[in-house]
Amino acid sequence: MTGQPLLTAESVTKFYGSRLGCRDIGFELYAGEVLAVVGESGSGKSTLLKLLSGQLEPSGGRVLYRMRDDVTRDILTLTEAERRFLFRTDWGFVHQHAELGLRMGVSAGANVGERLMAVGWRHYGRIRDEAETWLERVEIDATRIDDRPTAYSGGMRQRLQIARNLVTSPRLVFMDEPTGGLDVSVQARLLDLMRGLVADLGLAAIVVTHDLAVARLLSHRILVMKDGRAIETGLTDQVLDDPREPYTQLLVSSILQP
Amino acid sequence: MNAMISTATPSTAYNFAYLDEQTKRMIRRAILKAIAIPGYQVPFASREMPMPYGWGTGGVQVTAAILGANDRLKVIDQGADDTTNAVSIRKFFEKTSGVATTTLTADATIIQTRHRIPEKELTETQVLVYQVPIPEPLRFLEPRETETRVMHALEDYGLMHVKLYEDIATHGHIATTYAYPVKVEGRYVMDPSPTPKFDNPKMDDCAALQLFGAGREKRIYAVPPHTSVVSLDFEDHPFEATKFDHACALCAATHTYLDEVITDDAGGRMFVCSDTDHCEERRAEGHRGDLLGEAPAAIAGSAA
Amino acid sequence: MYVAVKGGERAIDNAHRLLATKRRGDPAVPEVAHAQIREQLTLAVDRVMTEGSLYDRDLAALAIKQARGDLVEAAFLVRAFRTTLPRFGASEPVDTGAMQVARRVSAAFKDIPGGQVLGPTFDYTHRLIDFLLEAGADIAEPATAPADDAPMPRVTDLLGNDDLIERNPPGDPDAPVGDLTREPLDLPADRDLRLQNLARGDEGFLLALGYSTQRGFGRTHPFAGEIRLGEVELEFVAEDAGFAVPLGTIELTECQMINQFKGSATEPPRFTRGYGLAFGHCERRTMAMALVDRSLRARELGEEAKAPAQDEEFVLMHSDNVQATGFVEHLKLPHYVDFQAELALIRQMRREIAERQNVAPREQQALPEAAE
Repeated sequence: MTGQPLLTAESVTKFYGSRLGCRDIGFELYAGEVLAVVGESGSGKSTLLKLLSGQLEPSGGRVLYRMRDDVTRDILTLTEAERRFLFRTDWGFVHQHAELGLRMGVSAGANVGERLMAVGWRHYGRIRDEAETWLERVEIDATRIDDRPTAYSGGMRQRLQIARNLVTSPRLVFMDEPTGGLDVSVQARLLDLMRGLVADLGLAAIVVTHDLAVARLLSHRILVMKDGRAIETGLTDQVLDDPREPYTQLLVSSILQP
Repeated sequence: MNAMISTATPSTAYNFAYLDEQTKRMIRRAILKAIAIPGYQVPFASREMPMPYGWGTGGVQVTAAILGANDRLKVIDQGADDTTNAVSIRKFFEKTSGVATTTLTADATIIQTRHRIPEKELTETQVLVYQVPIPEPLRFLEPRETETRVMHALEDYGLMHVKLYEDIATHGHIATTYAYPVKVEGRYVMDPSPTPKFDNPKMDDCAALQLFGAGREKRIYAVPPHTSVVSLDFEDHPFEATKFDHACALCAATHTYLDEVITDDAGGRMFVCSDTDHCEERRAEGHRGDLLGEAPAAIAGSAA
Repeated sequence: MYVAVKGGERAIDNAHRLLATKRRGDPAVPEVAHAQIREQLTLAVDRVMTEGSLYDRDLAALAIKQARGDLVEAAFLVRAFRTTLPRFGASEPVDTGAMQVARRVSAAFKDIPGGQVLGPTFDYTHRLIDFLLEAGADIAEPATAPADDAPMPRVTDLLGNDDLIERNPPGDPDAPVGDLTREPLDLPADRDLRLQNLARGDEGFLLALGYSTQRGFGRTHPFAGEIRLGEVELEFVAEDAGFAVPLGTIELTECQMINQFKGSATEPPRFTRGYGLAFGHCERRTMAMALVDRSLRARELGEEAKAPAQDEEFVLMHSDNVQATGFVEHLKLPHYVDFQAELALIRQMRREIAERQNVAPREQQALPEAAE
């Protein structure tokens, strides 16, 4: 790992007409580091995730990414071909709703294998072996490889989505409320799995969540958003144990109460 | 039906081969562009033709644009010269251009086809014009034209293999039997039109120019002579052309595409060459299939 | 043996002869003259002219006769004729504001300068079968009023004077207007091409899409600002002459829908427009067209586009009934080469399953499902 950050946000700002999406967001993310972006709905955190992943054009500021060849690029200047390539190799995106991140009409094996085929794998047996390996890593029974995700439970779909993203060994994964809408027990198992994978693979991740428990369990650092601005940032444990801003104090007290 | 070469007198009410010269020039420009970028679908301003969309308007426009007074035209549908739509299109060109028509593959300079490639190897002096209903090989994976054009531009073809993967996972082998996708000259994935995959190997390194016209979808594409055309597959599940367990019941050919003909209501059936001209030629050379003597005249034709 | 397919030439000739006989019907009944269709089935003629994209009442009437009353087939005949016609140039834009109005209604205002003119409409008839028509009843002379030169400004122009409705997209008046009969449609398409596509589109398709926007699939809160029917002057600038030469008059129906407004931080809110135009008297069609035109402007107006009528590619690629009918009906053509390939495949798959079932259960377990 070089000393350069993997991803840098510089004064990232987005207006929708006259309405503010987010304003002046800046941070650096290093390889292997997990950043949680927390805040209530409407605080601008989902907008920020789209801006960081190049799916939305900022009104101001820029996002830099250090590519695999160590050249740092402004993601807005990437061509469509480069952007798509990044999205099927070096980046992952885990949606809150697994249906958005999966092909519901094809088998789990094809879902995991798609990225491999997109980067040129042409051996059915090897693609299948790799898919089986990944299903097992996310604790899905490999005998379910030919089932479609429609036959999977919510928690399994989310784990399948993670496997589909990780199969090309990305360095950075964006996650949008990855545990949202799941039962508490299912959430716990998924979080545990994600924590293990992130640590084992040395992944960097940006996790958007309204759930401070998710942030505490997964992230090294935290960024608290309110009304489109970052009001507090720091090491996760520090911020959650000793919040400086009144708003963060309110968030922590309202959620961490027994 | 006898092999025939006939010459008709053109009807004078319309321009030679129906289309006006300006339109022909527009189509020829699209054809030239298509030849320059093998497998790329070139948009063109398809005209309303006096036959319905989906019935060969693309192929007819391509043929009309390249047809010259000295050409000899052959028209086939399902491999046969005497199917109704082939007859109808051949008559159309007899009437509007007066060019000579033929059923002999070797004699033709232009062959317009729907769903088959002739069995006889084509030569440098021939052009094969395909009628294409849906030119986009990615269409049934991605319905949006705006998206499929980007996918072609970026060579983003992973989805195509997802489909083949899924076939193998479900059926144990690739279950696409016609309109089997190919990659042209290592770049564009192309729909060969709904020809059976049996015919795919004939497209590779073919000596003849292959032109594809899709009238309703307004696209022309091409495979220039001696261009590489590779059927998509996996290393461990290579492409296999359809093989038949039978020989042709009329001419005993064992390496041709066969039509199944139901002969009675008690499960009786026979298999005969889909390429009628090829079959007749073999019979004329003395090849005799098992059922040649008993086949109805409607199938065996007068060459029986 | 399927002689109709393999029998070729003679079968086709015979089919055409039989078709001609069926078209004529009982010879004891007088043959319908194309002039009768032109004069008495005018709304069918208008639809065929519009969907055929050619203003020629006689030709449309003849096409209806030839098509045995199948209006999609008739539009197809007109289209195939139109495509061979030489192009001398484009006429000047017609001025519907100067229309010689036969009918004009506004649902937005009770009274408008120039007045409301009900004209020839089914609107307030009771839909009772009129058995007197069977006998060919005499009809009363229509009521007339002295000609009135009072101008009839378009309702949208009146709103425009107060800046309450968006200006028609300014654009460059000299910029060439797209023609999708001469250039392939490229998406996303500009409004000129969209309107041309809708103007030629199938009336039933437009009607269903327009209706869907009213039922909530992409609401636009429409008001029928004005529907007018009448004759307009057609002019052509000949290059050598250098001035506009009148070519005659054509009958048009125009519908201007007034829709929900739009504004921004810097722009005051204004109503938006949807537009429909057709040859002859095609009221249902122009109203539906105006609804769909407005829906297709979702992207331009920054609206969320989720409903079918807002989906440009979906609407424009499927509106043409000549294309649609050709492709649907091409399924009648022989497909036996492809079907043979599928037959072979399905037999192979059934054989494979049967073989697998014959394998001893223990061995079967050891076989991975997808092994070949």
